[in-house]
Amino acid sequence: MIQIQDLHKSFGDNEIIQGISLDINKGEVLALIGGSGKGKSVLLKHVAGLLKPDKGRILINGKDIARLRSGELTQVRRHMGFLFQGGALFDSMTVYDNVAFPLREKTKMNEAEIREKVLDSLAQVGLAGAEDRFPSQISGGMVKRTAFARELVWHPEIMLFDEPTTGLDPIIGNSILNLINDLHKKYLFTGIIVTHEIPRIFDIVDKVAMLHDGVILAEGTPHDIVTSDDPIVQQFIKGEIDGPISYR
Amino acid sequence: MDMIRRLGGSVILIVSRIGLMGLFLIKTVFYIFIPPLKFYRLLKQIRFIGAQSSFVIILTGLFTGMVLGLQGFRILEYFGSDALLGPTVALPLIKEMGPVLAALMVTARAGSALTAEIGIMRISEQIDALELMGLSPYRYLFVPNLLAAIISLPLLTAFFDVIGIYGGYLVGVKLLGLGGGVYFGEMATSVDMKDITEGIFKSLSFGVIIAWVSCFKGFYVQLAGQGAEGVSKATTQSVVLSAVLILVWDYVMTSIFF
Repeated sequence: MIQIQDLHKSFGDNEIIQGISLDINKGEVLALIGGSGKGKSVLLKHVAGLLKPDKGRILINGKDIARLRSGELTQVRRHMGFLFQGGALFDSMTVYDNVAFPLREKTKMNEAEIREKVLDSLAQVGLAGAEDRFPSQISGGMVKRTAFARELVWHPEIMLFDEPTTGLDPIIGNSILNLINDLHKKYLFTGIIVTHEIPRIFDIVDKVAMLHDGVILAEGTPHDIVTSDDPIVQQFIKGEIDGPISYR
Repeated sequence: MDMIRRLGGSVILIVSRIGLMGLFLIKTVFYIFIPPLKFYRLLKQIRFIGAQSSFVIILTGLFTGMVLGLQGFRILEYFGSDALLGPTVALPLIKEMGPVLAALMVTARAGSALTAEIGIMRISEQIDALELMGLSPYRYLFVPNLLAAIISLPLLTAFFDVIGIYGGYLVGVKLLGLGGGVYFGEMATSVDMKDITEGIFKSLSFGVIIAWVSCFKGFYVQLAGQGAEGVSKATTQSVVLSAVLILVWDYVMTSIFF
């Protein structure tokens, strides 16, 4: 479903991704872990076609997303959802209008059909009753839920999550992860979750990949990662200050 | 050697930025002709750029006309030509001051706000979200702003001119005692359609400059800096660059076309 082949990306002199290859099969959810500022979100934006690689390919259902024409890219993205770290809600619109926005702009549904879809989507993320509030009037957790609801109205085949629990308290963070897990079981989307939510994330994903120094240092099932004998992986997942990873 | 390298680097940077701005304008114009036009968004932007700028246009137009009337009357009276106050107020207003001052006021009021809005949308990933929904920011954000500015600026300029002429009338006729018939009669004799067309064409082109620079500076906010500071710098750059381009382009148009 998603194949990343020998991906390279530099910003100026900083080569942030130095040859990454990953395969994510249909219906699988991959957790992408690694230190802050190491290129996880950059990798995710390549998968969404928001950034173009310097070298390498990203195939979505066999199509190289970086080389698609505008119309083809729109078609691929039609089946893709992206939960941004900050939610990326349109701050001048209410929760309802945010979720209704893609349906109004990209479909020929009438307002009654849109309303039904939006209310259903909001109910699924536990936001029934919050329709008339603006993004600035709701909590961080509700912003993420609204953003998730906005993606769910499409019933995406691929969901990309950029740190979905960052900035949330542990209880709300867990509720977001449970929501992702529940909706994955319901819709069977293929997913990539960029996260620092360790070890909780290991309960809801099929695979884990750890990005370190621009390459995939370790990849496998959550069990493979937890039992890895790589000292860098062990230091990172245990959050130890002392070890081979320098934080200076 | 180091100085030459830095100079070369600066030149390359300036040329590449000009190229980037040029491509941005070409792409925006290209999207005008690709349906569907976001009509509701266009109306919203006409309201924002045009209708909501009316008050500041009334104020500046009135006082510009009043000061032209006052200064003009004093000078003309000295030469015994105070009957020519009407054209003295109307011609500079219609040909130069109306289009330029209206454009500068719209730059300050709406252009700065557009850059800030688009810049914030950029840094909070709202524009990325638009693209992922398959909505081009060119079609959704920039085309409505460009068309709204092209539609609004000539109307605001006409508004500015009329209010300015009335301001000159208030001072010249009501305050200083010139005959109303003389004021408007001489004006009607001296101002012809070519003068009005000149002002309208200028205001159209200023509309393009304002929308182009404001949207470009917002969309490429990261060229100015990161985060809130980047938005702040981009907004300042947008206002300064728009104002300078308006004045330079005004001279170019006047010297070449009129």
